[in-house]
Order: sequence, then structure tokens, then C-alpha cells
Amino acid sequence: MTPLSLRGAHGATKQSRAAVKSIATSLLRCARKEVVKLAACLAILLGLCGPAHAVRPDEMLADPVLEARARDIGKELRCLVCRNQSIDDSEADLAHDLRVLVRDRLKAGDTNRQAIDYIRARYGDFVLLKPPFEVATWLLWGGPALVLLIGGLGIARYLRRRSGLTDPPPLSPDEKRRLADMLDTGAER
Amino acid sequence: MRRWFYLLPIVVFGLMAAGFYVGLGIDSNVLPSALINEEAPTFDLPPLPGSDKGFSSADLQGHVSLVNTFASWCGPCRMEHPVLNALAARKQVPIYGINYKDTGEAANGWIKSLGDPYTRIGMDSGRVGIDWGVYGVPETFIVDKTGHIRYKHVGPLSEADIDDKIMPLVAKLQK
Repeated sequence: MTPLSLRGAHGATKQSRAAVKSIATSLLRCARKEVVKLAACLAILLGLCGPAHAVRPDEMLADPVLEARARDIGKELRCLVCRNQSIDDSEADLAHDLRVLVRDRLKAGDTNRQAIDYIRARYGDFVLLKPPFEVATWLLWGGPALVLLIGGLGIARYLRRRSGLTDPPPLSPDEKRRLADMLDTGAER
Repeated sequence: MRRWFYLLPIVVFGLMAAGFYVGLGIDSNVLPSALINEEAPTFDLPPLPGSDKGFSSADLQGHVSLVNTFASWCGPCRMEHPVLNALAARKQVPIYGINYKDTGEAANGWIKSLGDPYTRIGMDSGRVGIDWGVYGVPETFIVDKTGHIRYKHVGPLSEADIDDKIMPLVAKLQK
């Protein structure tokens, strides 16, 4: 029994065909005999695919409440070395230093906002993964709404104009006769 | 009105093209500093082993200074070092060094083999670097007479950077 997808593969070499075939057969065998094992493998693999945290055990605070707050803050701060990772996800040295700094600030009694502002004062708005809403960023935040508004106005204009169109007046008896004549001559041809 | 409406796509395209063209010229590796025109942070860094010239914020008062972060493990710093040596030889502006996340031994070896352009050097384990908003080495700051940060250069300084950006601003601030 050749799998359907392999029948049309004229260009494939014998070797690669054999390889695909053997993979397919082993998969089938697996499915038949080792469904449970396969499911267990998948479960483990999927478990490993979670978000990669770079927070090291020696950085963590003993107090679980403070540590949870530090994690909340860490998710919002950009690692300036790798740019599109948060400091919690980054292995960079600077990210490590910033994580420790955040925890030090929390231990010193800062609120989450104060701890974030402490870092923001040194690195600017760029350190925030979510840009604040302010004069310089209104277009960024308001852009989608603006596009929606322009599109909506366009649609409204279109609909209004279409509803303004009325049906053409009915044909007069004379016009009806002329039309019938035209159609007749067309049919004769 | 009608005609204007048909021109709209061209106008929008033109605006976007102009925006993207400007965007092409922006070096996304250089982040703007949040500390420009702010007072330099307060710090007191210990000297390299065998030296007594550490570096503290008090050293920045009363004259224009350059503050350069460097480390022996930093490749671009090696490229930049001869430029700093040449600048120091001109004796127009003192250069202070923040030796960033380095060991005393390695830093001393660096100074010995490559030369010492620095008036003072402080050793930083990373916290003072964060106070300066440093996110990589080398970075160089211009600090004015009152101890306010006026300029930040990210990455190694070239001779052209010194002539075109650093020295003109230093001269202006020294007046």
C-alpha cells in the first residue's frame, strides 16, 4: 500500500522515496503499536515548548509575592541588547543586571510603577516593550482607529450616493415598441 | 474635488515613500539616550589595582569632559583605542574611563599594551553603567562644565567622529 502522496512523485529518486516510505511505515507502526508512547512523547515535547525564561535561580527572591511582581515587571522591560526580547526572556548580561536591579528596587520598597520608572529614567521609553500613549506616539496608537474612520467615511459616502439613485422611469409605449423591434431584428440575424 | 480625490493615492504613496526613505537612514543599532541634558549620575568608582586615581562624579565638575566606557573583552574598544590615544595627546579635553564589567588584571594589561589615554579610570561591575544608560561598550559621553550630559556616542569613535562631532561640541561647551 503506497501512500497517496507518493504515487505522483515521479521526480523523486528511489532513495528519497524509500526514505519517505520507511518514515511513513514506522509512523504507521508507531500509531498502531505505540499510540500511548507517542502521546507521552508529544506531551513532554509540548511541555518543553513553553516560553523560555532566562531568569536564573540565584536571581530569584525568596518572597514569592515580590518574585511574582518582579516577573510582571520583567515582562514589560525590553532587553536593550537583543531588542525584541523582554529582560525575563533574554540571556544577555545586561538583562541579568536589570533583573537583579528590579528585584533590588522592589526589596527597597518600590512599587511596580516606581521600579519601571527607575529604569525608564536611564534608558528612555524604548526600554518599555509597550510604548506609552503620548504626543509622540498618538499616531502609533491612533493609527488603526484613524484608518477605520477614513474607511468608514468612504463606505458611508458610497452608500449614501447609491441610495440616492432611483429606478429609471418606466418605458413609454413607443419605446417598448422600438425595443421589441430591435430585439426582433437581432433574432432574425 | 473629484480630481483631487484621484490624486490621493499618489499623495499617500509619496508621503509613505518619503517616510520610509528617512527610515532607511536611521541606524537602528543606535538608541537615543534618555539622559541628554540631564545631570550625570552620582557615583564613586574604585581605581584599577595599583592606581589611586579612581573616578567619581565630583571629577566632572568645572570643566568639559569625555566619559568613555571600555572593557578588555570588547573588540570594538580595541579598534577605538588608538583614536582615544591620539585625542588624549592633543590635551584639549580630559577623557575619563569607566572600565565596564572587567577584571583589574585584564584592564591593567589592556592599558599597558595599548596605552593609557585616561585621566582617571573607575572600575564598574555594571550598576554605574546602568545609571549612565549604557547598553553596550564602547559608549562615549560629553559632559559639560556643570556636570550635565550633552551628547552620547554609541559604538567605537573614529577619527571622523572626533573631528566632526565630538571636538566641535566640546569646543562650543568650553567657551
